[in-house]
Amino acid sequence: MSTLDVIPVNTEILTGNVEPLLHEVRHALRRLANGGDGTVIDLQSLPLAPGEEGRIEELLGKGEVRAELDALGPSVVQETSYPGVWLVTHRNTEQAVVGRFIEVTHMPELLKSQQADIERGISRLEHQLEN
Amino acid sequence: MRKDQSLGEYLRAQGVSRRGFLKFCSATASIMALPPTAVAQVVEALASARRPSVIWLSFQECTGCTESLTRSHAPTLESLIFDAISLDYHHTLQAAAGYGAEAARLAAMEENAGKYLLVVDGSIPAGNNGYSTIAGISNLEMLKETAANAFAIIAVGTCAAFGGLPHADPNPTGAVSVSDIITDKPIINVSGCPPIPVVITGVLAHFLTFGTIPKLDELGRPAAFFGQNIHDRCYRRPFYERGQFAETFDDEGARKGWCLYKLGCKGPTTYNACATLKWNEGTSFPIQSGHGCIGCSEPNFWDKGGFYNPLSAGMWGSRDALLGAAAAGAALGVGSAIAARRRQKKAQGTEI
Repeated sequence: MSTLDVIPVNTEILTGNVEPLLHEVRHALRRLANGGDGTVIDLQSLPLAPGEEGRIEELLGKGEVRAELDALGPSVVQETSYPGVWLVTHRNTEQAVVGRFIEVTHMPELLKSQQADIERGISRLEHQLEN
Repeated sequence: MRKDQSLGEYLRAQGVSRRGFLKFCSATASIMALPPTAVAQVVEALASARRPSVIWLSFQECTGCTESLTRSHAPTLESLIFDAISLDYHHTLQAAAGYGAEAARLAAMEENAGKYLLVVDGSIPAGNNGYSTIAGISNLEMLKETAANAFAIIAVGTCAAFGGLPHADPNPTGAVSVSDIITDKPIINVSGCPPIPVVITGVLAHFLTFGTIPKLDELGRPAAFFGQNIHDRCYRRPFYERGQFAETFDDEGARKGWCLYKLGCKGPTTYNACATLKWNEGTSFPIQSGHGCIGCSEPNFWDKGGFYNPLSAGMWGSRDALLGAAAAGAALGVGSAIAARRRQKKAQGTEI
């Protein structure tokens, strides 16, 4: 056997958790549309078979907005094909995934400029203009 | 990080933006198994968290627990959390040795009396103190001395939590767990051989965030990580429900990823978070790699019969009774699921 790829192991196992998760997203989206609070689902807390996370991603699809940020490692905030449903993936500086969330919200909190950062930015700009 | 700095101040000084801090807190809440709605609370608490002193004692152990932690898959988070504690004594990781090292331990104990966290890995030989000593001090004496003024103790690994491999029959050193010796301090058992690194970090993060010990199960383990058994969270569970089992490690069932119950998987009686947190950068866990769970986070796992004997063989006396035990296995699964839910509710204080 020359490579591990030739070992015939089936990875197409299904836990049956994908569809219930999508229903949870549907309920959360309806709540948001009716003026309710947003919802965050931690994908790492769910038992998912190999390939099921990819299946969720595939079923949610990609929407119009994709943002990348670099804060303690890269993060990707991708709006799915369902407006209001965002897939947020945090990686560390070694590129390993440290958190994966589905956020059902108008705008993920992480994308907003934070008050503390704005104030530090003002100080920096003022300092630059003074010199 | 200076001792008088809060974690928030330290991160700002390191150039970490508030946005980066939010990300850190989201991931930290996730590793603490807190609901995402708790992130705001974590942000507020961690921003003002002060650096606690931690003394780490290693007794009869293989250093696997330290290896697990230092090889963990989230180095950014781990290093930040470790920057946020003052690891004042760890004889594998510290540069100091001999009298200097012991002086550091004693100084940390005096300066932080009543406030420091004591982490212990390895069991303690109660049979003959001479079996394991550090700087001429027996493990038993060092544990008692260091525990006396600790705020709480984290017993890392199955050896410290339950005696582990040194405790296995015939237990030549008379190995015992931390809780066999210390009875007047809160003890958090983070069992596993080794424990999942993010569980160790999660417990430290909980202490940093809330200044308290997390809710524990009846074996003193953090309920957030040990509240459910491997079987209930296993992605192969649907095969178990359908009665589809691998009979050997190379048969058709094994290749199709069927349930490993008949090959000795101890998932139904083992409480741990391997099935969701996983190992090696979140890549896999033993069952996903094709081997049954060996139950390493449970007391006396080494002496519970062979790793390859099904649980039902233990119940019925021989592997030959397997066919008849399949139904018993299903009943055990349902029973353990009910028990797991009761344990979880009890841990959450919602059981009625």
